[in-house]
Amino acid sequence: MKSLTYADVNEGDELPPLDVPITRTAIVAGAIASRDYQDVHHDAELAKARGSKDIFMNILTTNGWVGRFVTDWAGPSAILKKVAIRLGAPNYPDDTMLMTGRVKSKSDDGLIEVEIKGENSLGDHVVGTVSLVLPS
Amino acid sequence: MSDDGGALLEKLRGLVGKPAGAPFRAWDEVNQPMIRHWCDAVGDTNPIYTDPSAAAASVHGQVVAPPTMLQAWTMRGLVPPPSEGGGAQAELMGLLDAAGFTSVVATNCEQEYERYLHLGDDLTAEQVIEDVSPEKKTGLGVGHFVTTRTEFRDQNGELVATMRFRILKFRPPEKTEPKAPRPVPPRNQDNAFFWEGVDRGELLIQRCSACGQLRHPPRPMCPNCQALEWDTVQSSGKGEVFSFIIPHYPQVPFFDYPYVVAVIALEEGTRLISNVIDIDPHAVEVGMPVEVKFVKVHDELTLPLFAPVSA
Repeated sequence: MKSLTYADVNEGDELPPLDVPITRTAIVAGAIASRDYQDVHHDAELAKARGSKDIFMNILTTNGWVGRFVTDWAGPSAILKKVAIRLGAPNYPDDTMLMTGRVKSKSDDGLIEVEIKGENSLGDHVVGTVSLVLPS
Repeated sequence: MSDDGGALLEKLRGLVGKPAGAPFRAWDEVNQPMIRHWCDAVGDTNPIYTDPSAAAASVHGQVVAPPTMLQAWTMRGLVPPPSEGGGAQAELMGLLDAAGFTSVVATNCEQEYERYLHLGDDLTAEQVIEDVSPEKKTGLGVGHFVTTRTEFRDQNGELVATMRFRILKFRPPEKTEPKAPRPVPPRNQDNAFFWEGVDRGELLIQRCSACGQLRHPPRPMCPNCQALEWDTVQSSGKGEVFSFIIPHYPQVPFFDYPYVVAVIALEEGTRLISNVIDIDPHAVEVGMPVEVKFVKVHDELTLPLFAPVSA
């Protein structure tokens, strides 16, 4: 995997978009990998009984996708310093989340801020900012 | 917000700044199998997480855990520790549950990493209640946002990461059940003529063949002369409100409230029970002239209802 350097990156650069298929398997695999056994993330009947349309992706898994999306672009030498996300429309099964991102700022001390967004058919599932450093 | 809401908020705010519970030490050290499950779940092929030789050659010099996996290390899992209980978090959730805010959804997460985690790191998480919002209306329902701040320390007590986590604890909106259909009146030998007339758009009144007296509701024998023979006449459908009520309680699912149940005196002299429609129920008056309207309530039911006669 190629790694970007600090010099490779400019403000306004767009990250390669990523289509994330939201399947039941993706939701459940993420929930269990993050040790989140809340029923709304794996049991459709109970999720519906709690007023949800279906099972939905947990926030820990969304964090994982955000991290992966940014390091897919930045490469294995990138070091994430901060990930701040806000959730909106749930990721229900049989949807696709389109992840997009843009370099928001690049400071002299080497910190790069990337704005990210994950959008599904209902709207913005996640918006956030990821701060990272790259090798010089 | 109600006074009760204000009192609740005061109690909730009293927990701000308190430890959510006892510090929680991760069940397991940072380990390769859990990292692999995580990478599989989100399709992360970054070799520093799973490939020891690539990781050794990287800036980290060894396998590291995906930083966004932070929270997974200190999740209680399916079977929480037996000793766990109490703490401000439990109290807070209990208060919110008791107030009807029974559902929960995570809304924000901010993680700051001091360093990447290595295999064998042994984490302890300490969580503090940082903020509780006033009651807010959201797309999911009315609720309170609860923010916690968690510090993650390693086996040497060094801070490795901090996390600010916000949940919405909300009251799920009442479910709207599909409306039950208005029941269909039973038809029998005595009243079939009446409902069949309604189906054709005719309001029929039973008439004694012997003495000619009109009668309603339908029955086999004339109350005047006890004759069993009868025929019908068609009503003009015009009449007036003889008496009425507006039912309030108990509400049954197939009516839109408020509505009017009225005794209608037809101009032919008989009375029948029906509804007055096309008017504000509170504007209905005794003696008000009304006229029949055949209303298709649903596929299996048409009813003769009465609307004010337009002047």
